[in-house]
Amino acid sequence: MEPIISFRDFSFQYRAQKRPTLKNINLDIYPGERILIAGPSGSGKSTIGSCINGLIPFSYPGEVSGTLTVDGVDAPHSSVFELSAHVGTVLQDPDGQFIGLTVAEDIAFALENSCMPQEEMIEITRRTAGLVNIEDHLGYAPHELSGGQKQRVSLAGILVDDVKVLLFDEPLANLDPATGKQTIELIDSIQQQTDTTVIIIEHRLEDVLWRNVDRIILVADGQIAADMKPDELLATSLLEQHGIREPLYVTALRYAGVQVTADMQPRHPDCLQLTEAQQAKLQAWFRSCPAPEKKQEQPVCLEVRNLSFGYTNERRNLQDISFTIRKGEMTAIAGRNGAGKSTLSKLICGFEVPQEGSILLDGRDLKEDTIRQRAARIGYVMQNPNQMISKTMIFDEVALGIRGMGLTEAEIRERVEATLKVCGLYPFRNWPISALSFGQKKRVTIASVLVMGPDIIILDEPTAGQDFRHYTEIMEFLRGLNEQGVTVLMITHDMHLMLEYTDRTLVFNDGHLIADASSAEILCSPDIVQQAALKETSLFTLANRCGIGEPVAFVNRFIEADREVRAHGC
Amino acid sequence: MAAKTVLNYLPRKSVVHDLTGTAKLVFFLLFTFASMITYDTRVLAGLLVISLGIFRLSHIKISEVKFMMVFMLIFLALNNVFIFLFNPNQGTEIYGTRHVLVHLFWRYDVTAEQLFYHLNISLKYFVTLPVAILFISATNPSEFAASLNSIGVSYRIGYAVSLALRYIPDIQRDYHAISQAQQARGVELGKKEKLLRRMKNSVGILLPLIMSSLQRIDTISSAMELRGFGKNKKKRTWYMKRPMQRSDYIAMALGALLLAISLGMMAVNGGRFNNPFL
Repeated sequence: MEPIISFRDFSFQYRAQKRPTLKNINLDIYPGERILIAGPSGSGKSTIGSCINGLIPFSYPGEVSGTLTVDGVDAPHSSVFELSAHVGTVLQDPDGQFIGLTVAEDIAFALENSCMPQEEMIEITRRTAGLVNIEDHLGYAPHELSGGQKQRVSLAGILVDDVKVLLFDEPLANLDPATGKQTIELIDSIQQQTDTTVIIIEHRLEDVLWRNVDRIILVADGQIAADMKPDELLATSLLEQHGIREPLYVTALRYAGVQVTADMQPRHPDCLQLTEAQQAKLQAWFRSCPAPEKKQEQPVCLEVRNLSFGYTNERRNLQDISFTIRKGEMTAIAGRNGAGKSTLSKLICGFEVPQEGSILLDGRDLKEDTIRQRAARIGYVMQNPNQMISKTMIFDEVALGIRGMGLTEAEIRERVEATLKVCGLYPFRNWPISALSFGQKKRVTIASVLVMGPDIIILDEPTAGQDFRHYTEIMEFLRGLNEQGVTVLMITHDMHLMLEYTDRTLVFNDGHLIADASSAEILCSPDIVQQAALKETSLFTLANRCGIGEPVAFVNRFIEADREVRAHGC
Repeated sequence: MAAKTVLNYLPRKSVVHDLTGTAKLVFFLLFTFASMITYDTRVLAGLLVISLGIFRLSHIKISEVKFMMVFMLIFLALNNVFIFLFNPNQGTEIYGTRHVLVHLFWRYDVTAEQLFYHLNISLKYFVTLPVAILFISATNPSEFAASLNSIGVSYRIGYAVSLALRYIPDIQRDYHAISQAQQARGVELGKKEKLLRRMKNSVGILLPLIMSSLQRIDTISSAMELRGFGKNKKKRTWYMKRPMQRSDYIAMALGALLLAISLGMMAVNGGRFNNPFL
């Protein structure tokens, strides 16, 4: 069979870069295949995608060598428009790529551009909307849709064109785990119905493997590090070497000393084959370690009592919320979009005023305090660092919060420099912010909040869109702060984060606090997992399959082992 | 929480809403032209009746467009004041006679001619205002781009308008979030702060707002290109464009007729003004 996509000795160098981003790529993809392209940030995996859809070299110019054929087209010498008839691309941000004012217009966008007569266009739009199950929302505006629905619209928008290749650039980055799971199911079912070739670029391996893929292409440092079947790849240590997170159940098997081989079919916890000896090994590992001792209880630092709030009179966005946070805790706040998580943090920071109930800090009611007074005790870090940064230089940005506090310039300098040291940004103190990476910018925003000396910091999605290495970097940094006594609250969809870094998770659903328990307990409770748009952890599945009756304890055992490995760096 | 904009589409079942965007745009342009060229009180009065009649037909209530109304009335008042301040004799110059009603001070006399001139200016505002508001409030934003394109404006410009409408709510949300985060870092934007300081502090919101908007533009332009926007230089079809119906032709014919009457009266009067003082 002829490959539909074929890279031959292909290299690419962006005009603004000193070295090539892709080096001598040789890769064949055959019609009807499902390919996962994985790799850490900056590895060149997205660049491969942009070469296939033509954004490279037409929108992002640079130097191409070698050949790339896409569905018979000589890609680097055609055009974005010509390639768009063969390759449909769904970009990372489902909101940002929504072009039309309504769902129907957005789906029809490509047809409008091809000058299709209106009647035909309406017919195709309806049919395609039906294919992705969005036909009841044709007249909706983007802000009336959930993230998953927007994703469906994006997919429909490229399916109208009858393309042969569907390309997804990090489709899971902005979705909660449950929606991510549905997206993978949707991609799978569309692939079967249309018999297209599917290419998914993603570093969240375990989530993509929810449905079968034929091959995983591991990209590292601009080269192909592996091109294997999932089962084969999981049996190697290549993922770990290249900074991609293995599925948790695979890691658990390794910790227990079980040799993972391709024959065990490790691609999915449900088809994983374990011999009795292997199961026994896992059980022995589980029992070998006593449950971790409880931490000493610290005094209560933040208390929320019977809090209720609504933006309008008709609907309460938060209803009778009560909980306490102890000093030095690291807590996750989880729940669907619109469940009330962000509203809660706005109330704590004083951006909105509660209709009922109270918020106490160290036993004192915050009711009379202004936003600014609260900010000195409670710091708030937004999800997107670009929305927080208002100065061009790092020093000025961090100093912003303490100017106007009546400090001398020398005192300001001293405090800012001390904070920059804590955040590992001291060497960059005189740099312009524009020269920093996304992760470093995130640190600048955390520093600009820390400089005010808060007891608590609240972070909105601190690790969204980050690969494993950057995730670990940010989270280890936050853990360091936490160990120095800062109480940390994080709004997050990331289940790994909950498991690995937080003691406790508060789960919100539809304005109610539906669970307040350890993260392991939450992620092993199918009912709460479903209501909070989370996903059961695969460790839970593994524990059940090995006849370990206490999944929560098993998960805790795993976390304990994992922390040890991370702390010792091996 | 949908963000509210100053002027927005108010969907309703009415004759005016049912007209296609193109018909509304053409009528709006013809009607505005007809009322702009004439100072004939009789013509303006006739146009005013038609304008108010159309507004009634649209079932849109004045309270729903109050903000725009008040804004325009303030503008009208200012306009009148300045005309009088700069040239209190404009009326006299136009109509050639001078009937002083009251003497104020220095060169400022209130003349019948001047008052009549102001009456006509104000009438023009009242004639065009309801039609202009209707054009915005009774046209589905999705039809804007298509209607601009259908009268010969490049579809790229039409789409730029459309995208602006699409992104206004998002940018408002961004602005809100950014300003809250800035306030948390001690940047006062509230009423407590002095005006000058507040304006200076607002600039701090601008940089992050521009940065996040540039990010949006980058994403959307890639997305548009990948789906073939700009593939054909001149042509493009529109999902939301509706076929012209009899009522659309009638509306456009009415616009043309009104313009013809307005022009005809100019010929009769021998100029843009009708002079009752002779």
